Amino acid sequence: MNALEKLGKYALFLYRALRSSYDVKIYKNNLVNELIKVGYESLPIVLLTGAFTGAVMTLQTSYQLDIAFVPRSIIGAIVSQSILIELGAVITSLVLAGKVGARIATELGTMRVSEQVDALESMGFNSVAFLVVPRVLAGVIMFPVLYIVASVSGVGGGLLAGVLSGAVPSSEFMLGAREFFFPWDVLFGLLKAFVFGFVITSVSCYKGYYATGGAEGVGNSTTQATVLSCIYILLADFVLAAVIL
Amino acid sequence: MIEVKNLKKSFKENLVWEDVSFTIDEGETVAIIGRSGCGKSVLVKHLNALIYPDEGQVLIEGQNIFELEYVALRKMRQRFGVLFQGSALFDSINTFENVAFPLRYFTEKSEEEIESIVMDGLGMVNLTDAADQNTAELSGGMRRRVALARATVLRPDFLIYDEPTSGLDPQTSNEINDLIKSFAQNLNITSIVVTHDIHSVLEVAETVVFLEGQELCWRGTVEEMKASDNTSDNKRLMNFITASEYKIKQ
Repeated sequence: MNALEKLGKYALFLYRALRSSYDVKIYKNNLVNELIKVGYESLPIVLLTGAFTGAVMTLQTSYQLDIAFVPRSIIGAIVSQSILIELGAVITSLVLAGKVGARIATELGTMRVSEQVDALESMGFNSVAFLVVPRVLAGVIMFPVLYIVASVSGVGGGLLAGVLSGAVPSSEFMLGAREFFFPWDVLFGLLKAFVFGFVITSVSCYKGYYATGGAEGVGNSTTQATVLSCIYILLADFVLAAVIL
Repeated sequence: MIEVKNLKKSFKENLVWEDVSFTIDEGETVAIIGRSGCGKSVLVKHLNALIYPDEGQVLIEGQNIFELEYVALRKMRQRFGVLFQGSALFDSINTFENVAFPLRYFTEKSEEEIESIVMDGLGMVNLTDAADQNTAELSGGMRRRVALARATVLRPDFLIYDEPTSGLDPQTSNEINDLIKSFAQNLNITSIVVTHDIHSVLEVAETVVFLEGQELCWRGTVEEMKASDNTSDNKRLMNFITASEYKIKQ
């Protein structure tokens, strides 16, 4: 199958998912489960990723700007704005491509090769509505929430690292962060998180749903889902920056 | 009635079979037999359009299933129960919930009614004690029986059994064969049994469809199969039976 055929198959898969999304009765229970799995169960890794990203950024920015006459508040400005515009969404999504994307591809792939998807279809279920729609919806709903969590913990981690290392006092850090805070940056970050959430969940669902070939096939699908999600996140990040900024 | 007309299926360049035609009457139990890899499971997955053919038709009471819109197709599929080769139970829910699954989504029954129907279903397969067990903890034979209870819980018109006794010991195989007979007789279900187990065929089937050499090689009643000898056009069938180490005349 060439790249164009694969793209067409993916587009048809998304179209089927979109057409199936009216069937709320079929997927409402699964949606609640997925919101918990994608959102709540990702909180620890998102908090950790955000905090360490912010902390490392503060220390590195402090090292790079260790020049006389440069106000220390600039560290707070650079760290907070970088996290809000870029890192809060991108780093979090790359990490979640491994956690959420791999889980989705493995679950659906296992269901496919053990004939559970066929069992659903043979009962008269719309398997896409039952399996795919709630996972994609959970992605686009929870990724923006996780972006906010990652951003808050990132700025918090940066602040803490600055104070503990003596690189920047908290008042200076917050002064810089406040002065260079633009609501548009948050909106842009939320948009990115929404797009990345869609990319990760839809690609992983697609790869898992069409998995073939037993355990090895599921493994291959999971690997492809994770790698492709990462590539598409970076690609989408570039396109969004080029088009919107 | 199910009419299979001139079906042809291939995967890329590999032809599975072609020009396959036969009919299944209401209430009949048909065994589809053949060697491993001859396309038996592929054939039955055409009956409820889980797989689409390259050519041909499957008519369910005169309606070509491959021409149905997806919503109508889903309605049609609800008339089928399927026992999959690996049981295809949902591992994330327990035995009771597996059987209750179609009832919760396709009926408006109350919790009490669902519980009663599910326990009746589990009673038919002698598994009421396993209602709360996780399906991953069940043996192969128990999993098949749970899957049977799930497949029959909506009282389908047609029941497809894909290798129902493969990998089971003789005693458990006999129990499954008894259940197939019991469902066919008591619920008046049209049954399609895919198997390469001649013993099962003789136990449960009325009619036999034999696939070999990428075609439907032989079709007839079990009595005709028993009366066959190693001559004429049923030689391949007799070779298959001999290879399965079953002495049919016994």
